[in-house]
Amino acid sequence: MRIFFAFFCLFAWPLDLAANIALSDRCPPGFELTPNNQCQLHSLYDQYNSLYGQGVGGLKTALPSRRDGFSPQQIDLGRLLFFDPLLSGDNTLSCASCHHPALGFADGRATPLGINGASNHRAAPSLWNMAFLTRFFWDARATSLEAQMQGPLYSPREMGTTPAALLQKLNSNESYKHLFSVAFPNANQHITLDQIYAAVAAFETSLVSLNSRYDRYAHGHQDALSDTEIAGLNIFRSFVARCAECHTPPLFTNQQIAVIGVAEPMGQSFDYGAGTIFNNPSWKGGFKVPSLRNIARTAPYMHNGVFKSLKEAAQFYTNGRGHALDTERKKELLLHWHIWEPNLTDEELDQLVAFMHTLTDEQFTPPIPKALPSGLPPIGVLPSPLADTLTSKHLKN
Amino acid sequence: MSNKLFAVLISAGLLVGGFWLGQHLATNSPVALVGDADRYTSNAAARITAGTALDASVGASGTGTTIDVFNGESIQAAVKRASSGDIIRVYPGTYQETVYIDKDDIWLTGVIQRGHWPILEGNHTLNDAILYSGNNITVENFRITHYKGNAIMGQAGNNFLIRNNHVIDTGVYGIFPQLGKNGLIERNILSGIEDAAIYVGMCDNIHVNNNEVFENVAGIEIENTRHAIVENNKVYNNTGGILAFITPGLPIKTTYDVIIRNNFISDNNHVNFGAPGSIVAGVPSGSGIVVMAADQVTIEGNIITNNKNVGIVITDHQSFANISLDPESDPNSDQVAILNNVMFNNGYQPINEISALKLVNLIKNDVDIVNVGTSADSCILDPGKYVTLGLDDYGRCNFSDTHGTVSYLLPEPAEPHPFTDTEKGKMAYYGICTGCHAYNVRMIGPPVQIIQALYMDNPEGLADYIAKPIKKREDYPEMPAQNYLSPELRLAVAKFMLGVDNQGQFNDPALNQNP
Repeated sequence: MRIFFAFFCLFAWPLDLAANIALSDRCPPGFELTPNNQCQLHSLYDQYNSLYGQGVGGLKTALPSRRDGFSPQQIDLGRLLFFDPLLSGDNTLSCASCHHPALGFADGRATPLGINGASNHRAAPSLWNMAFLTRFFWDARATSLEAQMQGPLYSPREMGTTPAALLQKLNSNESYKHLFSVAFPNANQHITLDQIYAAVAAFETSLVSLNSRYDRYAHGHQDALSDTEIAGLNIFRSFVARCAECHTPPLFTNQQIAVIGVAEPMGQSFDYGAGTIFNNPSWKGGFKVPSLRNIARTAPYMHNGVFKSLKEAAQFYTNGRGHALDTERKKELLLHWHIWEPNLTDEELDQLVAFMHTLTDEQFTPPIPKALPSGLPPIGVLPSPLADTLTSKHLKN
Repeated sequence: MSNKLFAVLISAGLLVGGFWLGQHLATNSPVALVGDADRYTSNAAARITAGTALDASVGASGTGTTIDVFNGESIQAAVKRASSGDIIRVYPGTYQETVYIDKDDIWLTGVIQRGHWPILEGNHTLNDAILYSGNNITVENFRITHYKGNAIMGQAGNNFLIRNNHVIDTGVYGIFPQLGKNGLIERNILSGIEDAAIYVGMCDNIHVNNNEVFENVAGIEIENTRHAIVENNKVYNNTGGILAFITPGLPIKTTYDVIIRNNFISDNNHVNFGAPGSIVAGVPSGSGIVVMAADQVTIEGNIITNNKNVGIVITDHQSFANISLDPESDPNSDQVAILNNVMFNNGYQPINEISALKLVNLIKNDVDIVNVGTSADSCILDPGKYVTLGLDDYGRCNFSDTHGTVSYLLPEPAEPHPFTDTEKGKMAYYGICTGCHAYNVRMIGPPVQIIQALYMDNPEGLADYIAKPIKKREDYPEMPAQNYLSPELRLAVAKFMLGVDNQGQFNDPALNQNP
């Protein structure tokens, strides 16, 4: 219903609203506005410690260090940019076309469609809790959001724009020029790439999800989880399943590279992941361990989206070391030592899935702008699962 | 199991070995003194002094009430009932369950009557016997057997005390504290574990003493852990006796400041039955002490005998089997110190790679100590006592013992950050309340200004309301109960909310409410 409403707005919104767009002077939920106009994140996890500030441990463990301190105006400008198809080469795709709030900031597809329907070979990851991450992309090749976003922006198979086109379009838009001057008050009148990257990073780091039912349990409310979910938690952290060894609380990732031996879909060449990027043979087929927060919202799973459900993804880990790989690949890959044969029962897999569902929290979902400075319809092309839903609903009506 | 250990160095060794040996025999340069003379007498990390009980700062307080559990009852049910400070006494009987302790300060103690123990029985189907995440947990006097994962596993709990347990065949690890600070593991007996019987992972300030470990793949492993002492343990008939490792690919990247002293490490010649792909599957049978990539490991006063491969081996990531390389982990074992130990009859049946190295270096005797790879600033006190291989770069230790360092356990328990109620109230306000309430704007719930006007001098009333909200306004959705917050935190957040004059922006009602 909600989606239909958004779709409706997309066509009905009057374009002249663009002129009236102003930036919020308030911080997003979760953030305190400091006297020097910075948004500072607070969380109940701030009560706890973690060894060496790494943010890995158990229930009452502090989060990894975070990136905050952007101004409300920068965050809000980033939100406009994030949803604006102007950022793509042909004005059809926004960041949200592959990272949609209604799909856990992913796209619900195995692998995303880029400009002109171009196919890509790695899944669009969720953007929740980016503020705590230090490595970006599945193969961990970027160390900042600013570096990361240049990948999809300028890839001819993703958003397909160029730095020059981006600067030209934004600088020729009076509304954006004004908003950038508000968000970056001491800067030059000319919009720069660094300002664009900073604003989008500001918005991305405002996407915080730390109020799931799991979190209530972690902070001490014993009844926050059902018996089945607690059984799932105990399997999750047990050394039989070993999920928590890499998907370590409280962020449910240890941010390391792991070679787990997922195969590619038929006909697709093997993806060597971090092994190629870092020229490290022992990382061949290795990918960054993703956070599992809001994981129930971001099917399908793995770097190539081969698993349709959480159950299938969990099943992978109990099917045996290297079971999905051919002999040649098995020889070539140094599988992570935690990949083994835990022999989990079907009931245990269901309990694990039940536990993973307790990691869902989207209370701080930001609003999709009603209008954009570009005058383009917000989001642009919808991720296909949403577009499909719309079509079918539309037809029924 | 793999014998890739050292294989990398063989070819290089064959090429340069003869030349290098000739050089070495020809020179007689004075040996460098290595290490500060006062390394262990004024060790900043050493906290407990002689005469202090080792368990002074670890374990549960026992200040609460006692809950008794008898055969046929559930230990977990008792844990659920227990509050911090309570003692749970478990009487003899067989308990088939997984006990998880997500609370602080719980004392789980077995009662042994006329030789009858409380037995935790996993039947080869249950995953773990005891899981804890709380601080100040004591687990003692249990016989634990037939679990698939661990006997006792800790995740991030500080000040733990694990003692007097008898662990037999509990799967991957026996006792496995992970990511904790300040912990004591003493007087446990463990056997039949397919990885490390006692495995200390990513911890700080640890003491492991007077345990007996046998017939495991690894006896005691100190991994990615700092400030640890392993002493007075009986370690025999494992595949590898005592390991000090940096395992790559973990979020905590270092191991240093480890003392391995006064242990009996003998006959660790058990066939390796580690799981394929596990790191210990690469430990050759017959290895007494293995130091891999760990720094500042001091080995003193041990009796190391009858380990067929080698008494002590110091190695790096490149030379070890099954190890991935992690650019953020230093692969070399540096500042290793071998002080006085008693060693004999080790290395009588070395793996092929060591045999090859012996051949290259014209060593015929059985070897006690092998170093493979670069090891900077390492030392050996009296090399003449042992047959060594690859230790030519080792200097003489400038210190002769570790007596000045009694333990790295902390004099006081590792404490959580001391936060005031106001600070906690602020965390809860921004962390939770701002999802629905902003200062002077309607969001999902009413503006904070309106709440302030209603509850001005009545934070208790507000705290009660948020625990059990009732629908007050026709045009707003009903507030979900915040009873998962403790009463103290509810009052703290109510007080903060009534005092706050800050702003928070609201979510899009369209996204957060069903229209």
